[in-house]
Amino acid sequence: MKRLSRYRRHKAAAPLLLIFALLGIGTTFSIASATTTAETTTADRSALIEEGRQIFLKGCSSCHGLNAEGGQIAPSLIGVGAASVDFQVGTGRMPMADMSTQAMRKAPVYDAAETAAIAAYVASLAAGPDIPAEESLNYERDGSTAEGGELFRNNCAMCHNFAGQGGALTQGKYAPTLMGVDPKYIYEAMITGPQSMPVFSDKTITPAEKLSLIKWIKSAEKEPNLGGASLGRVGPVTEGLLGWTLGLGILIGVAVWLAMKAR
Amino acid sequence: MTAEARLGSVANYVDERTGAAAWMKKNLQKVFPDHWSFLLGEVALYSFIILLLSGTFLTFWFDPSQREVIYEGGYEPLEGLKMSAAYASTLHISFEVRGGLLMRQIHHWAALIFMSAIVAHLLRVFFTGAFRKPREGNWIIGVGLLTLGIVEGFLGYSLPDDLLSGTGIRIAEAIIQALPVVGSYLSYFAFGGAFPGESFIPRIYTVHVLLLPGAFLALITAHLMLVWYQKHTQYPGPGRTEKNVVGYPLMPVYMAKAGGFFFIVFGVIAFLSAVASINPIWLYGPYTPGQISAGSQPDWYMGWLDGLVRMAPPLETHAFGHTISWNILIPGLIVPGILFTGMALYPFIESWITGDKREHHLLDRPRNAPNRTALGAMSLTFMIVALINGGNDIIATHFSLTINQIMWFTRFGIFILPPIAFVVTKRLCLSLQRADRELVLHGRETGRLLRLPHGEFVEVHEPISPEKAYLLTSHEQAGPLELPAVDARGVKRAGAIRNKLRSRMSVANAEAVAKVTANDLKEIDSH
Amino acid sequence: MSNEIEAIKDPGLPAHVHRKADHDPEAAKRAERQVATMFGISALGTILLIVSYVFIPQDLFVFIPVMGDQNAHQLGLGLGMAISLFFIGMGAIHWAKTLMPDTEVVAQRHEFRSPDSDRKEFVEAVKAGAGAAGLGRRSLIKKSLGAALGLSALSPLLLLRDLGPLPKKEFETTTWKAGTYLVTDPGNRRIKASDLEVGAVAQVLPEIEDPEHRKLSDIGKDAVLLIRLRPEEFNLEADRLAMTHEGIIAFSKICSHMGCAVALYEQQTKHLLCPCHQSTFDVTRAAKVIFGPAARPLPQLDITVDGEGYLVARQPFSEPVGPSFWERNSQ
Repeated sequence: MKRLSRYRRHKAAAPLLLIFALLGIGTTFSIASATTTAETTTADRSALIEEGRQIFLKGCSSCHGLNAEGGQIAPSLIGVGAASVDFQVGTGRMPMADMSTQAMRKAPVYDAAETAAIAAYVASLAAGPDIPAEESLNYERDGSTAEGGELFRNNCAMCHNFAGQGGALTQGKYAPTLMGVDPKYIYEAMITGPQSMPVFSDKTITPAEKLSLIKWIKSAEKEPNLGGASLGRVGPVTEGLLGWTLGLGILIGVAVWLAMKAR
Repeated sequence: MTAEARLGSVANYVDERTGAAAWMKKNLQKVFPDHWSFLLGEVALYSFIILLLSGTFLTFWFDPSQREVIYEGGYEPLEGLKMSAAYASTLHISFEVRGGLLMRQIHHWAALIFMSAIVAHLLRVFFTGAFRKPREGNWIIGVGLLTLGIVEGFLGYSLPDDLLSGTGIRIAEAIIQALPVVGSYLSYFAFGGAFPGESFIPRIYTVHVLLLPGAFLALITAHLMLVWYQKHTQYPGPGRTEKNVVGYPLMPVYMAKAGGFFFIVFGVIAFLSAVASINPIWLYGPYTPGQISAGSQPDWYMGWLDGLVRMAPPLETHAFGHTISWNILIPGLIVPGILFTGMALYPFIESWITGDKREHHLLDRPRNAPNRTALGAMSLTFMIVALINGGNDIIATHFSLTINQIMWFTRFGIFILPPIAFVVTKRLCLSLQRADRELVLHGRETGRLLRLPHGEFVEVHEPISPEKAYLLTSHEQAGPLELPAVDARGVKRAGAIRNKLRSRMSVANAEAVAKVTANDLKEIDSH
Repeated sequence: MSNEIEAIKDPGLPAHVHRKADHDPEAAKRAERQVATMFGISALGTILLIVSYVFIPQDLFVFIPVMGDQNAHQLGLGLGMAISLFFIGMGAIHWAKTLMPDTEVVAQRHEFRSPDSDRKEFVEAVKAGAGAAGLGRRSLIKKSLGAALGLSALSPLLLLRDLGPLPKKEFETTTWKAGTYLVTDPGNRRIKASDLEVGAVAQVLPEIEDPEHRKLSDIGKDAVLLIRLRPEEFNLEADRLAMTHEGIIAFSKICSHMGCAVALYEQQTKHLLCPCHQSTFDVTRAAKVIFGPAARPLPQLDITVDGEGYLVARQPFSEPVGPSFWERNSQ
């Protein structure tokens, strides 16, 4: 120590001390709040991640934990990937409005830039599914409607109904309608398995098959009802209801008129 | 030759060969009572004719074969897929044959209206007591028509071999398979092997277009002949007795009204078929046992069966290397069997309770038969609770409920709600009887207030017309049966328990508010 | 004072009220014009039907408020037919109501019971006829007739024997055997254990020689659902745990209740739901039934991996798949 203090008035002393101090504080802080990030990031990316972290702390951490580790009421987000965030936040499901049975699609709280920031932050926590690039979502070119229909009936119709109108699960949960959903979100739902939905791995349903599925869903969405008004595309329940109310109703009405005395 | 002479020579030609003039002249003047509720059976009859016509049209293009084909028809979402010829031919009818989809929809809507009309007609006949002697046989024929209608409809919508109806066939096969001792054999015989096999659709085609329509024609003919010969019942009222029929002659009034009503029924069914899509099989996809859609239901007239099966507790007996599936047999066969047998035998049950062996041609106003009306309400409640459970997943998603809630509600509700409906309905009927009595005794409340000279306010009542008074009091009110346990010499009668039950039911059945008599009116007048 | 209860008397049919058209020729003419108009509208409907059939192309869609895009050809055909039929009916009924006589007619009912003399003669005729046949006396004829009719009525049932083969052991066998590879449905690709993430499902069939021509009857017993959980999430007996592989578990997809495809997997609750009758199965407890009418859990397929990591069955199903039947030993 006595030897070092001889240099305390050296002109390099102050800058060197500053550097040591910064390194010390920075290292201490890094060790104290260690995360499993392994990605190398560019300056832009780290700014995005930081922005995302700020939004996360304000709007998500109360349920998902300060470090996205999850808790009693919300799962851990470590490893869910950017795709999960893009889906959940982009469709407005997150932040969840009321803690009832399941998150519903609603008007998004965060805009596209904020969503991208949160996604980048969550992606930085651990490896997970990425947001599909636009180039890889060209279902018109790369998908087959008929194949998509086969895949849909095998993998999706049991929850989402034969025409993608949605269906009931147990205890008040439900598979939502697939009508009017952006193709990117459909893709992300398949690879991330949100809430009750299982994950559809790329090896069991290949990316090309996923595009066929999206193509079929979009085709069903655009397809006009050939035989008349659709009655909801849910099958015999609404058909029977209409038969009894409108059908028999009109007939009984005419019957009453028939038996009434004319003036 | 004048028109009259020409008609004469045609009639002459026919009459010389058949003797038709005698019975034609009588029948052209036959009188039919006119009430809108008598047209419900006509809706069913005309729907049947429309089913025959539209169905025949469809048979010209439909291929009832489960032979596998590759679809090359032009509907892109199914292009190149494997499917049965039955499904492919139904797609062809829907997309390529002009008027084909319209005819498919007319056929299916007509089937729904046919079944609705049968049920509505059954309710009318039941609640007015039209099944009493001499019409018990016609009632049984009617229950037979209802049962055959349910089967025919199920087979009909299963013909296109789509995912939804194929699922229904899978469930039917499971019921057959569950039958003790013979189930697995009957299943293999019905399907020509393992499910789904390749024989089922062609076989049910024969049943659907030949055997059952033949049975329908025979039963409907018998049903109508009985109505014709026994003459239609009529509502009570002034001038109407058990010994007459008041109405309009067949020619020209009834021909025009009933004939016109056929076109009305056809027109309404065609209208539904134009504006409301039904059974869009191209969206369901071809049937394969590995696939299923959320919200799979049968058509409404089988929905109550589906509901009963859904609410059944998970009961199976596993004993001595054998299995009996009570969770399938009870809701699928035993309970419906008891219900329909009870329904068929009801005329005899009621005449046993009342001891009434006379002919009845005047209908009952439902309020004047409170026990029967309450029984009908109870049965209807049972069916509706079962029907609701059949659609519990659709109801859950559309009304933000859970399927579990609806299942538990119906599991208890099916036992609790029908008796409640019975009690409420019976009380309602007795209240209505009381209201009728008030009306006859004191007249109609006009709402006008009158101040009497000594200051009292009274409401002015307007006496009802003698026609209305007659209508409200012309019904019979028989007392309960006299069934003493011992006869005049003190010897105990045989069948004591049966008689006790009968006596109790007879007392319950006879509960009524005493109707107004002429003596009562005289007493009122003398005030 | 009489003791008999005197009912209120029947005043008879109410007086007939004439309609306007009965006494006013103008009203009658108006009614006639109304009927003719209705028949005219019907004719217009028929024209619409014909025009739609011949001239409107089948791929033209028009927008109708409330109903959305509608096919013009279909709408034209259907509405044309509806109008054409409906207004014939309306016209006929209006004609009957306004112009045809509406005075109520009274006809008498007659008793159905035949006169006693006829009944007596009927009984005599039957007795005489039966006596002539002599069935009462000739019991040998009666018995042999009964036997002949009975045999001839029952024997055709034998002709129905070839409706189908006997099931033998087919209810208990599927295509799955030791070493059968699991392949995707559709696609027929082999699956590696590493292909599935935690929370993933896959629709699976056994690998066969000619996957292009699978029989539906085979799919109806072979369909299997593959689910991946975390191994610690299982709550299984040791023998059932041994049938899984690193958290991957396989069940028959054919419902043990009535045979529908059980494929609704709820990832968070680990429950399987059958949409036909809402039977719910708990995957963590070997598809034990926790709600609904199913009485038995779904059969579990014993799976493992081969040298390259592809999933294979280790042995066939240890019990029959699908709904119950009499001969099923379900203990």
